[in-house]
Amino acid sequence: MLRVENLHVHYGGIHALKGISLEVPEGKIITLIGANGAGKSTTLRTICGLVEKSDGKIFYRERDISSLDTRERTMEGLVMVPEGRRIFPNLTVYENLQLGSFMRTDEAGINKDLQWVYELFPILEERREQKAGTLSGGEQQMLAVGRALMSRPKLLLMDEPSLGLAPLLVKEIFEIIEEIKNQGTTILLIEQNAYAALNIADYAYVLETGKISMKGPGRDLLNNDEVRKAYLGG
Amino acid sequence: MTRKKEQLLSFVALIVLAILTYLAQNYLDNYKLRILNLGAIYATLGVSLNLIFGFTGQFSLGHAGFMAIGAYTTALLIMPPMYKEMTFIIEPLIWPLNVLQLPFIVALLLGGLFAAILAILIGLPVLRLKGDYLGIATLGFAEIVRVIANNIPQVTNGALGLKGIPQYTNLWWTMGFAVLTVFIVKRLISSSYGRALMAIRENEIAAEAIGVNLTYHKVMSFTISAFFAGIGGGLLASLLTTIDPRAFMFIMTFNVLIVVVIGGLGSITGTVIAAFLFNFCLEYLRPIEEGFSLGPLSIPEVPGLRMVTFSLLLLVVILFKQNGLMGEIEFTWKGFFRFLSRFKANRPMKGEGM
Repeated sequence: MLRVENLHVHYGGIHALKGISLEVPEGKIITLIGANGAGKSTTLRTICGLVEKSDGKIFYRERDISSLDTRERTMEGLVMVPEGRRIFPNLTVYENLQLGSFMRTDEAGINKDLQWVYELFPILEERREQKAGTLSGGEQQMLAVGRALMSRPKLLLMDEPSLGLAPLLVKEIFEIIEEIKNQGTTILLIEQNAYAALNIADYAYVLETGKISMKGPGRDLLNNDEVRKAYLGG
Repeated sequence: MTRKKEQLLSFVALIVLAILTYLAQNYLDNYKLRILNLGAIYATLGVSLNLIFGFTGQFSLGHAGFMAIGAYTTALLIMPPMYKEMTFIIEPLIWPLNVLQLPFIVALLLGGLFAAILAILIGLPVLRLKGDYLGIATLGFAEIVRVIANNIPQVTNGALGLKGIPQYTNLWWTMGFAVLTVFIVKRLISSSYGRALMAIRENEIAAEAIGVNLTYHKVMSFTISAFFAGIGGGLLASLLTTIDPRAFMFIMTFNVLIVVVIGGLGSITGTVIAAFLFNFCLEYLRPIEEGFSLGPLSIPEVPGLRMVTFSLLLLVVILFKQNGLMGEIEFTWKGFFRFLSRFKANRPMKGEGM
């Protein structure tokens, strides 16, 4: 569904990505793990067009999308859940979700998806008239995911959905990510919480200072000694 | 309450406003009329600034520039050719402006349109900037407009300014455009465009991630804002009957900014209230300057004390109501009746107490 070939990104003089290639097949969860500054977020932001690449190719559904801007990529179903719960704090939960469907015009489908999001996250329905900024951290993350789902993504790019959440909530979020996959959405997940991510991933890539150092099925990497030492605490 | 009933109420309110406007226009003296006119013009200007600053979150300080364009366009188009000849004594006015004379409404709309076109040209490059940087860039634009106006005497009569502009502006015009501005901005805000604008204000990256076209929406908001700023400038020119470049210094933008901030960023209701309050206060604080006595304390005549008092009032408002008088709250009929019913519920209790 998504294929990245030899991707290079520079921030001024800093060579942030040094030739990354990865593949996201349809209907799978692919995860990208790595330490701070390895280039995980940069990869994601480049894929959805927020950062400009200096070299390499990005194919989405067998088509080079380099010439499309973020908005056009969103229209094609390539949707990102940005890092750090970038919700709209002064708008209500309901308005936030409505904005997720900004690009869509099919009223019936929007309402159906809204019901689905409320099913996935019952707390959001309870708080629908509340300003999003007054939600707890976990609820805000749920809202960010819910909002992305409202645009009916084909490929969902998630940047650290577990960042700053309580362990119990992390578990819940990952369960929901699996549920979203089961509903037919492909997911590219970026995580520092390597253990949780590898557990649900069909395939995983390990990123180290701008390069892919290891790859393999999630379970395999989970049992890999090097990965255990570097990311799972021995 | 049904939508239909609310629309009916709004219609009735509009008629009441029209009757009040009629009474004011015919029975109030010129001094009071001038204050009301200024209030209504400031409401137009404030609501338009609120669209770009309050709702879209783009810190624009270019309002005086757009006003100047609207004011000069309108003035030059409504002045009779004979007046123009008398006014432009240093360098004659260029053709075809020197023979052109258009109806007031056409001139006003052209003034707004001209400001809007400039807003598109300026907005496309400048709206890429964020926060304070955008503020400085738009401020620079307003200053450029003023300096240019100062230096092309064959169009603007330079620093001498334009005099003898026919006074077409009356309360009907000012109130009419204030209502129109409120109506259009309100409709815009409640539409999906409005939601996109607020999404941009809240978080640009998230807005882009859900597919909002940042450039398009920002420039659109900026352009509509500039259009009404131009109209406000035109109304002001025809109210004062004389304009010169100094009238459109930074302080002009600043006055409108005060109105918006005091009223509440993101509240049309607040802006309208603040617009009238601002002009009432400036005028009715005048007695303070004439000297007065507070018990044993007597204060002599001090010119300028009015502005000191006014600044203190502003400080008090900002200290105690950080989000402005109305915050982000809007007037709705539902809220209005809830407010009234609170009084009704209180009354019998008072009766019991007595």
